[in-house]
Amino acid sequence: MDIQFTEEQELLRSSVQRLLRDQYDFEARRKIVASEEGFSRKQWAAFAELGLLAAPFSETAGGLGGGPLSTMIVMHEFGRHLVVEPFVETVVLAGGLIEHVGTPEQQQSFIPSIIDGSKIWTLAWTEKGSRFDFADVTTRARRDGSDYVLTGAKTMVIAAPWADYLIVSARTSGDDRDRGGVGLFVVDRRATGVDLQSFKTIDGRRAAEVSLRDVRGQLLGAEGEGIAALEACRDRAIGALCAEAVGAIGELNSATLDYSKTRKQFGTTIGSFQVLQHRMVDMFIAHQEALSLMQHLSLSLSAGDSALSRLASGAKSKIGYAGKFVADQAVQLHGGMGMTDELNVGHYFKRLSSINIQFGDPAFHVLRYAQLDAAA
Amino acid sequence: MELKLSREDAAFRDEVRSFIAANYPPEMRVPNPETDLTKEQSLLWHRILHKKGWIAPLWPKEYGGPGWSVTQRFIFEQETSRAGTLPPLAFSVTMVGPVIYTFGNEAQKKKFLPRILSGEDWWCQGYSEPGSGSDLATVRTKAVHDGDHYIVNGHKTWTTLAQHADWIFCLVRTDPSAKPQSGISFLLIDMKSPGVTVRPIITIDGSHEVNDVFLENVRVPAENLIGEENKGWTYAKFLLGNERTSMAGIGRSTRYINKLKQIVRAEIPAEDPAHLEFLRDIARVELDVLALEATELRVVAQMARGIDPGPAASLFKIRGTEIFQAITELTHRAIGNYGLAIREHPVSANRFMPGPDYGHTASEKYLNARKLSIYGGSNEIQRNIIAKAVLGL
Repeated sequence: MDIQFTEEQELLRSSVQRLLRDQYDFEARRKIVASEEGFSRKQWAAFAELGLLAAPFSETAGGLGGGPLSTMIVMHEFGRHLVVEPFVETVVLAGGLIEHVGTPEQQQSFIPSIIDGSKIWTLAWTEKGSRFDFADVTTRARRDGSDYVLTGAKTMVIAAPWADYLIVSARTSGDDRDRGGVGLFVVDRRATGVDLQSFKTIDGRRAAEVSLRDVRGQLLGAEGEGIAALEACRDRAIGALCAEAVGAIGELNSATLDYSKTRKQFGTTIGSFQVLQHRMVDMFIAHQEALSLMQHLSLSLSAGDSALSRLASGAKSKIGYAGKFVADQAVQLHGGMGMTDELNVGHYFKRLSSINIQFGDPAFHVLRYAQLDAAA
Repeated sequence: MELKLSREDAAFRDEVRSFIAANYPPEMRVPNPETDLTKEQSLLWHRILHKKGWIAPLWPKEYGGPGWSVTQRFIFEQETSRAGTLPPLAFSVTMVGPVIYTFGNEAQKKKFLPRILSGEDWWCQGYSEPGSGSDLATVRTKAVHDGDHYIVNGHKTWTTLAQHADWIFCLVRTDPSAKPQSGISFLLIDMKSPGVTVRPIITIDGSHEVNDVFLENVRVPAENLIGEENKGWTYAKFLLGNERTSMAGIGRSTRYINKLKQIVRAEIPAEDPAHLEFLRDIARVELDVLALEATELRVVAQMARGIDPGPAASLFKIRGTEIFQAITELTHRAIGNYGLAIREHPVSANRFMPGPDYGHTASEKYLNARKLSIYGGSNEIQRNIIAKAVLGL
């Protein structure tokens, strides 16, 4: 199994590569991260123009019909360039949910403005103490006419300060940690009663603690059945994050290899030391395995395989550990330079650390992988 | 785990313990003492220890040391680190001080030692250079005679807290024709000298701990040379030996494990399968600490009988740093989603930081701890030392 890209996919890949090579080198990214807003609306518009924001959506939803493979292609390149713009949040998480569980009216009303880049979205599901459990929801929603009114607090919502809309998980019935009774709601981020406390994340993004006090929201998907929608959404998110991680791992490996061939100590290149050669061989193996699992997962996502969730957790765990190993070693082999803010290596380290937290860490997912096997 | 203490040593331990409890400055109890204190704040405890006569446990009595036995020194180290006190600046007290009293002349001892003890002079270390990390013997910073001065030109890097320093001790090349190790001298340079420039290096945790130090035609009085010209490598190795012995960090690791347990209890419900997994991971690292502590106590007992551990001390650097890295990783993992946030430096109480207080420094500690296996002789170099000097490979 090795994915042979179609002409269209190859075109997508080369155009993303060209755009990022020309406009998103490490210095450009540094300026974006340091800017007041923390991301570039100009880049976002360029992504829209190139069709990246349309790529995964089905043609009936107005997209290019590229599905999970196009997400993989885009995210792999984004991982190589440490792109901070909220593609995962807007297109994969929110866009995916709208496409999969939204009504035709909601699709028509929301997806075009995602595709043309005019609206930014994010998903607000984590709560204080919820860790990686979707069902740990105390935010409440009660019906009020054709709308709902939400009250509660969401935590660590990435991209919330940039977002126009939030998709919020909230409970219409049941107790904290019940699977049933959780729904998804579209909330205007500027609506009355929405309050944000913003902060920076370790990987140069912006996030916020979101408090909701009697905020009007629109139901997305069936009432009380949000958990299943979130689980499918997580599988797609894992596909995207794994591709991003593999892109970052590949860059770290080539940077480390280059450095080991030029950096001299004790009269020779450090790459000539056997202990470091073996370390880099292990980094190479980790990358190869991660790349293969990334492809395997993306193909399964495209086919909608029945054991998808288990594979997604397996890939998240295995690629997570691979990312951690490679990032640790890339910093170590770069020595003091690897510790600096100036060099890109430390920034890949931080992005891989973040990926390992988003939607569950490698330890969480290895356990889930085991549990889904036992349940089958 | 405790050493079997004599009655006198037990009384000494109690004295140290109560002195810390009564005198450690509360304003030094900040979330991250290594980054959150001003220079003046970080010297408060130094000055208290100096007044008490306990600032330099390693130093002989004639130079201002307390005259403690090996065991007493160990007890002091154990008690201060268990109590979470900020150790006095190592570059001054543990590193350059012993070099000066061992290899310096009378005038140098008289000039520098009292100011190190009192905290008046803050020292930094001018060892590493951009081309000389693990391979320190290739330093290229040049010192050339000019009458009764040296003219120094070069670029030092990873210089810890140079932004606060009054003096820098440097390895400089005085004989370019000699073999690398034999052309190096040990020179003391006043940071206020014209031609000395400090440039901050920001690290991945966002903090400003290390610096580049540029030396451009810096005039250094020849009287600031330590010992003999071209013998600097001997003094440098002597100093690095002192750097490694205190790296087991048992007290610090134990404190961080206790904090980690508290976080796991608060963050992860007992019925969550992740809870058991954390307990197992924590137990593993606790056993690593226990084994290293037992090794340390065994070595201390040997030292008390006059046996020098020699290059085996590298073991403490390797395991001490690996253990602390593992603890910071577990702590970062334990705070779950909050691990995505990081405090901005310089730290200010006005900036919002999400999540419970106990998690606020987890990200920066995790990132900062990556340096431990790199600095002070990377762990790869320490393994080479053991392979060569202990195992004879």
